[in-house]
Amino acid sequence: MNTATADARLRPTKLNTPIAVELIGMNKWYGEFHVLRDINLKVMGGERIVICGPSGSGKSTMIRCINRLEEHQQGRIIVDGVELTNDLKKIDEVRRDVGMVFQHFNLFPHLTVLENCTLAPIWVRKMPKKEADEVALSYLRRVKIPEQANKYPGQLSGGQQQRVAIARALCMNPKIMLFDEPTSALDPEMVKEVLDTMVALAMDGMTMLVVTHEMGFARQVANRVIFMDAGQIIEANAPDEFFNHPQHERTKLFLSQILH
Amino acid sequence: MAIDLPTASRPPRVAFYNDPKIRSVAYQLALCVVIGVLVYGAATNAIDNLERAHIASGFGFWNENAGFDISQTLIQYSSQASTYGRAFWVGLLNTLLVAGLGVVFATVIGFIVGIARLSSNWLVAKAATGYVEIIRNLPLLLQLLFWYNAVLKALPAVRDSIHILGGTVVNNRGVFLPRPIFKSGFGIVEITIAAGILASIVFYLWARRRQERTGEQAPLLWTALALIVGLPLIVAAAMGFPVAFDFPEAGRFNISGGIEVLPEFAALLFGLSIYTAAFIAEVVRAGILSVSRGQTEAAYSLGLRPGPTLRLIVVPQAMRVIIPPLTSQYLNLTKNSSLAVAIGYPDLVQVFTGTVLNQTGQAVEVVAITMLVYLTISLVTSLLMNLYNSRMALVER
Amino acid sequence: MTMAEGDLAVTELAFVRRAMVEPKAPPVATKGALFWLRTNLLSTPFNICLTIVIVLLLAWIIPDLIKFLVTDAVWTGDNRDACREIVQHREIGACWPFVWDRLPYFIYGSYPIADRWRVDVFFLLLAIGVTWLLWLRAPRRDLGALYFFVILPISSFILLHGWDAIGLPTVDTVLWGGVLVTIVVASVGIVVSLPIGILLALGRRSRMPAVRTASIVFIEFVRGVPLVTVLFMASVMLPLFVPEQFSPDKLIRALVGIALFASAYMAEVVRAGLQAIPKGQFEGAMAVGLSYSQMMRLIILPQALKITVPNIVNTYIGLFKDTTLVFIVGIFDLLRTIEVARIDPHWATPVTSTTGYAVAAIFYLIFCYGMSRYAHATEVRLARGDKR
Repeated sequence: MNTATADARLRPTKLNTPIAVELIGMNKWYGEFHVLRDINLKVMGGERIVICGPSGSGKSTMIRCINRLEEHQQGRIIVDGVELTNDLKKIDEVRRDVGMVFQHFNLFPHLTVLENCTLAPIWVRKMPKKEADEVALSYLRRVKIPEQANKYPGQLSGGQQQRVAIARALCMNPKIMLFDEPTSALDPEMVKEVLDTMVALAMDGMTMLVVTHEMGFARQVANRVIFMDAGQIIEANAPDEFFNHPQHERTKLFLSQILH
Repeated sequence: MAIDLPTASRPPRVAFYNDPKIRSVAYQLALCVVIGVLVYGAATNAIDNLERAHIASGFGFWNENAGFDISQTLIQYSSQASTYGRAFWVGLLNTLLVAGLGVVFATVIGFIVGIARLSSNWLVAKAATGYVEIIRNLPLLLQLLFWYNAVLKALPAVRDSIHILGGTVVNNRGVFLPRPIFKSGFGIVEITIAAGILASIVFYLWARRRQERTGEQAPLLWTALALIVGLPLIVAAAMGFPVAFDFPEAGRFNISGGIEVLPEFAALLFGLSIYTAAFIAEVVRAGILSVSRGQTEAAYSLGLRPGPTLRLIVVPQAMRVIIPPLTSQYLNLTKNSSLAVAIGYPDLVQVFTGTVLNQTGQAVEVVAITMLVYLTISLVTSLLMNLYNSRMALVER
Repeated sequence: MTMAEGDLAVTELAFVRRAMVEPKAPPVATKGALFWLRTNLLSTPFNICLTIVIVLLLAWIIPDLIKFLVTDAVWTGDNRDACREIVQHREIGACWPFVWDRLPYFIYGSYPIADRWRVDVFFLLLAIGVTWLLWLRAPRRDLGALYFFVILPISSFILLHGWDAIGLPTVDTVLWGGVLVTIVVASVGIVVSLPIGILLALGRRSRMPAVRTASIVFIEFVRGVPLVTVLFMASVMLPLFVPEQFSPDKLIRALVGIALFASAYMAEVVRAGLQAIPKGQFEGAMAVGLSYSQMMRLIILPQALKITVPNIVNTYIGLFKDTTLVFIVGIFDLLRTIEVARIDPHWATPVTSTTGYAVAAIFYLIFCYGMSRYAHATEVRLARGDKR
């Protein structure tokens, strides 16, 4: 396990892989409030990016723009070669290929774990039910809870629910995974099981954008850490450099606050 | 000062009036005695009073001749030949008719207004809010009297009847709808409709099986519409539309032909539907709001479009929240239909607790029967509701 | 400017921002009437259609309403002729002189004119009590409750009904009417239903089977039948159940019916409040050695009632509207006085009914909407208190 994780971190990012996500001069306003200011970011396929920053810095909003849960007003967002515009077809295309995991899991409480996982493959990918069940079970095995398949989300612990949420997203076979503070709503003893799942996912080469304050995870898995504040990217660097030699005053202050 | 230490072998003695068990038994006994005395006193007084007024008791009146007319009868009834018992059934059916139709209309209006309250269109949301606030804050009885006395009764007399598109005639005697007359060939159209419904069900089952097998989806709604509405229309057209309408015709003093809808019925139905719809709108709004934004966001992020998201995620969850209070609104509507007595629509209360009570004077029996009817409706409904709740409750840890 | 030198470096892994980006105004206006129109009324073709439909609907209703209530309305006159199209040769809206003329009747019914000051004093006493209870920062609200639930009912009864011993002549309840009766019925319902409702709610949660059964039977029975039948029961059966000489008058019978009915609904509201109190509160109260009645009086009920205030007020709104049903058993409440007045030949015109109903509508709207605003404000305040 340890050597494997070390591998994950040391594996160089292949910069010649296609660009997975590209944000160019992206701006967003909530009414008069300028939440995202001139965001420029290029994420290569297979990159694992951790985004941190104080609350209200726009980090969640930024990744929610990537699958159009939020609309941007200026600049361009290109996901896997598809530019996000008002075109509904394009939005569908992007959402099919981008998985998202939420802070509060957002599992569907009226469906079983298995049904949660097969819903989108059946209705969006038009997969036969048997095949969808098999796919779902294989991913549930990967997140280590196949035995919970026929329970309802309400019967699971928070950590289990979040792992189901990850499996649910994986069932759509996404090219990119977005994580919006996946561990902040969990009890401390459940954080590890979710992080382990995410580490395993990273080792398989999944392109990941993770909003989190789990700095251990960032050191272990990320190949780039991005610090955001006041709606803009303040500093970005490889994790070792980022944590050991922060450059910007705001970064230093933030790190001193969360690392004690 | 001597100290009495309780001996170890025996528990300390408790004064009997401090023993919670004895106290509880005493309280309950006292309550039973009080209720018993009240009931006994009421019963003996009632017997005394009834004897003095020479009022019969018992349910013998049920089979006596009623001798009064009822303006709207769904079953055979005549003042000479029918009994009080028959009058009871006429009244009950009238109550069920207005309640049943009221439930349908109130649901349709209520869902539209409830959804409109959540519209992103400012004007639509405000108009819906205005509707709910005004209707909910006015007494139902006032609304009924308004519809009946100020609107329907103020309509022109028969001579100057208003003719509405499609052959409906409206005047102060009520609403007169065209009555369809089915000619011989209509049976085939009816059979086509039945076949269409059957075919839709078969198609639905087939489509579900096929989706499970191959994942392909079928346009269920359009197919069903085509089968149930389109096909019979084509068949009817092919047969030269074997249906005619008996249009109501306004004479100088009378209307002939058509289906007559009493103004009392129209006012009651209208008032009940509009009033209850305001409450249903609030129930629907609360139900939709109870599904968190996260649910739709999760569905969208999985690539589901707004339509399927609504159908597969939002509606099933909202309905769990909506159905129990919705049922109690249906019960309220049924109970409120008893306000018919104020505008003279012959419902159960007007016929039975009104006329029959006045004629027989047997208040205890008549009121008891009426209450029993409503109680049965309420209790059966809440029983079904409890069953539904226990089946649909979300499984929690 | 947007593609500053440093920004390009983002793609090269390491990046440090040199100059912060200052907030800018959004590219498209997010203020102004035009923007508001576009986002709130005309965002999609469907929304445009909806807007048009609603505008047409309002354009159909509102001018007619204003025409009826104001521009075409008749403001002065002595009898029906002032409000008749045939006499006046113009379109006639509301017939306000009818209202001015019958207003005393709408307020006092047939209460003797010389004694109507007693009704005014009653309204004043009631207003004091209501303000005292509803105004949350009023001094000595415990005294207010005593005043409202004990002193006010007794003094009002003496005042309105009369007591020969202190020189107030008796006014038979048959003469009472209009707003007076509506307010009396509603107040009695409010004053009686809360304590009985609390008792029934406690009874329903009691561990004593006889008490519990009795409470459940009463509550479910009353809630299962329409108020009209309860009123019929009170008005035709109650006289049978008591010895002939004690037969209560009509108004008392209706009051009994209303009070029973309201109590059952209040019981369920209070029960919901009791259920919301965490178990720890009960255990804590018992742990410090309070008896059952002390626990309920000092710890549980104050909390339960506080969180129930919005629901209690909502029940009162329902009760206030339901008072109109006493009309059916022959009590002259406001609605009944309007019914009587509108067919009085002296004022009978095609517009009299609608005018009368408009007056009733305005009266009920003011009271019910006021109460619902109060309930809403309390709810918001409670929600804020919870968060703190």
